Amino acid sequence: MISENLRQNLKDSLFTGIIATAIFLPIVGLRTELNQEKTGLEIIPEWNVTLLLILFCVVGRFIINLRKQSKSNVIANTFSQLGNYFANKGKIFVFSGLLFAIVFPYLPFTDRYLMDVGIMVLTYIMLGWGLNVVVGLAGMLDLGYVAFYAVGSYSFALIATEFDWSFWICLPLAGVFAAFFGILLGFPVLRLRGDYLAIVTLGFGEIIRIILINWYDFTNGPDGISGIPRPTFFGLDFTRNPPEGSESFHTFFNLEYSGMHRIIFLYYVILVLALITNHVTLKIRKLPVGRAWEALREDEIACKSLGVNPTNTKLTAFAIGAMFGGFAGSFFATKQGFISPESFTFIESAIILAIVVLGGMGSQTGVVLATIFLIGFTETFRELEQFRMIAFGAAMVLIMLYKPKGILDQRDPTIRLKGNK
Amino acid sequence: MEYFIQQTINGVTLGSIYGLIAIGYTMVYGIIGMINFAHGDIFMVGAFVALISFIIFGLTGVALPIILLLVLLISMLFTACYGWTVEKLAYKPLRGSFRLAPLISALGMSIVLQNFVQISQGARAKVYHSTLDGRLEFFKDSDFVVIVSYMQIFMVLLTVGLMIMFTYLITKTDLGRAQRACEQDKTMASLLGINVDRTISLTFIMGSTLAAVAGMMFVMYYSVIDFRIGFLAGVKAFTAAVLGGIGSIPGAMLGGLLLGLIETMWSGYVSVEYKDVAAFSVLIIVLIFFPTGFLGKPDIEKV
Repeated sequence: MISENLRQNLKDSLFTGIIATAIFLPIVGLRTELNQEKTGLEIIPEWNVTLLLILFCVVGRFIINLRKQSKSNVIANTFSQLGNYFANKGKIFVFSGLLFAIVFPYLPFTDRYLMDVGIMVLTYIMLGWGLNVVVGLAGMLDLGYVAFYAVGSYSFALIATEFDWSFWICLPLAGVFAAFFGILLGFPVLRLRGDYLAIVTLGFGEIIRIILINWYDFTNGPDGISGIPRPTFFGLDFTRNPPEGSESFHTFFNLEYSGMHRIIFLYYVILVLALITNHVTLKIRKLPVGRAWEALREDEIACKSLGVNPTNTKLTAFAIGAMFGGFAGSFFATKQGFISPESFTFIESAIILAIVVLGGMGSQTGVVLATIFLIGFTETFRELEQFRMIAFGAAMVLIMLYKPKGILDQRDPTIRLKGNK
Repeated sequence: MEYFIQQTINGVTLGSIYGLIAIGYTMVYGIIGMINFAHGDIFMVGAFVALISFIIFGLTGVALPIILLLVLLISMLFTACYGWTVEKLAYKPLRGSFRLAPLISALGMSIVLQNFVQISQGARAKVYHSTLDGRLEFFKDSDFVVIVSYMQIFMVLLTVGLMIMFTYLITKTDLGRAQRACEQDKTMASLLGINVDRTISLTFIMGSTLAAVAGMMFVMYYSVIDFRIGFLAGVKAFTAAVLGGIGSIPGAMLGGLLLGLIETMWSGYVSVEYKDVAAFSVLIIVLIFFPTGFLGKPDIEKV
């Protein structure tokens, strides 16, 4: 009476239910909590949530089984269409996006909160572009990119607070320091293969963080560095009451004082920095070293046979990526005015890497899309603070399952040989 | 000298935890050639299941050895389900995809597991003092008394017992033979009638059960767990696997012991704050200078 398919499906769903019970029963169903007397732990059962989750899994499995054929194609198709769309309309998209980014601070609905989100998105875009040089172009998986971000931040903060130099001198110095660290860390590890390299860079990222926490005399340990000077507009700062004998931004231009001036200025600083990153990357891609990066990514052995020195080539990618990370780090330091090792955990590296991978490795536009998608997504679900990291991790898995090459995967080679075929 | 003996004993205990987790890494690497980044978090889940069952059985007032046995079996069972599900959801569909895809998917899975436990169990550290106390004291007449707690003895004995069982499983049973065959050549193995998918699933289940045992030991030994323990323990166990030669099961245990000893010696004689740096440095040095580890096979890159 019951068709073979349906019976199979029911059996499958039941099995899913058993597994789901095993998964949710202890961890979700039996919550451990400090007891009233604060002497030990007690168990608080959460049957309702557990039951709901299990039911959700069973019903979900049942539905997925019913329409097995159509399921996988929907998501992949959406992404493909999206990718096609942006690939065809690339120029228009880039132009309108840039225009929007420039006028964004003056749009009527833009308030303080949106400006902060805008600055954050641009910072991540810049970091994504920086890491894209390493991961997307040179094909090395770097799980410790936050180390260079941290080095940039700390060198900026230390130079600026110790020597009292201005933002525009410290910024390039921080970039140079970060690039130097990139070379220092990169040199010994670059001959390692993909996943080994990933783990070693992860190790470096953690070592730097542990040193930042424990080297109290130099970095002020977990308390971090505060009082980092704010950037100035050609020597004009953004304080309400400038010290005697000097002028600040609003007195010089005869404007009403507003806290927004500084935010808008910061926004443009990061926009320019990000655009420089993009521009430099696009230019380098056309140079011999950039072509060597892409060639190395595709086939290392072929490159070696053709006389490309893999170590040097990879090292330049590592150093340039690190330098951009350092720039972004100094921007972060000056924006916050305070930094501590807390800001440079492994999860930051994972987020930046996720941006690059989700965008489609090597695609500059993809990084922008992925950042807006991920940061916008997490900001939209702000109230669900605790669930957003789950969604974030799940998004990483899902995109790998349905679109392992990222949102924009139609990647044309930068250089195409012209010749008669 | 007494201090050295004490540190050695502590190092061996810590090493058994690392070794048990490392086996999971090394087996998965051996069979599908990927670094199972979420394995550290599977260990964390195992620790939580063990904690919960310790509390529940603690209320019933059953004799201690029975509690230990029950907790052991329950955490193994439930954690195995996690390992199995993670493999089915995040890795199986990616077989044959490009090299970095499973690694990134594993990274995502690790984030999911950590936050899942954070939401359902709370972000606070959980303190639970195991009821297995009592200790032996040696060198009582010297200035430094060497202490071996019953817990340490239990942990080391349990590890040794599991290792013997496990070695038997891998070398003598059909499952072990199938597993080793898949490591060498999956296509050939499937031609000879081995269900490759099932063997890979079972590999994940075996790795997860051992991680669960390590999690239970961690709860007993340190008395404090939170949802973040998986990351550090995972990286250290991976270091152990690399140190012993990734892909080699005795190597993983050996690497775990060595890493445990290095870490305790480092914190005993050099500095406690930088003990994690010691582990990471070992990882980096081993990977750079002898990536095959002690018992690993050299990895030849073919065109």
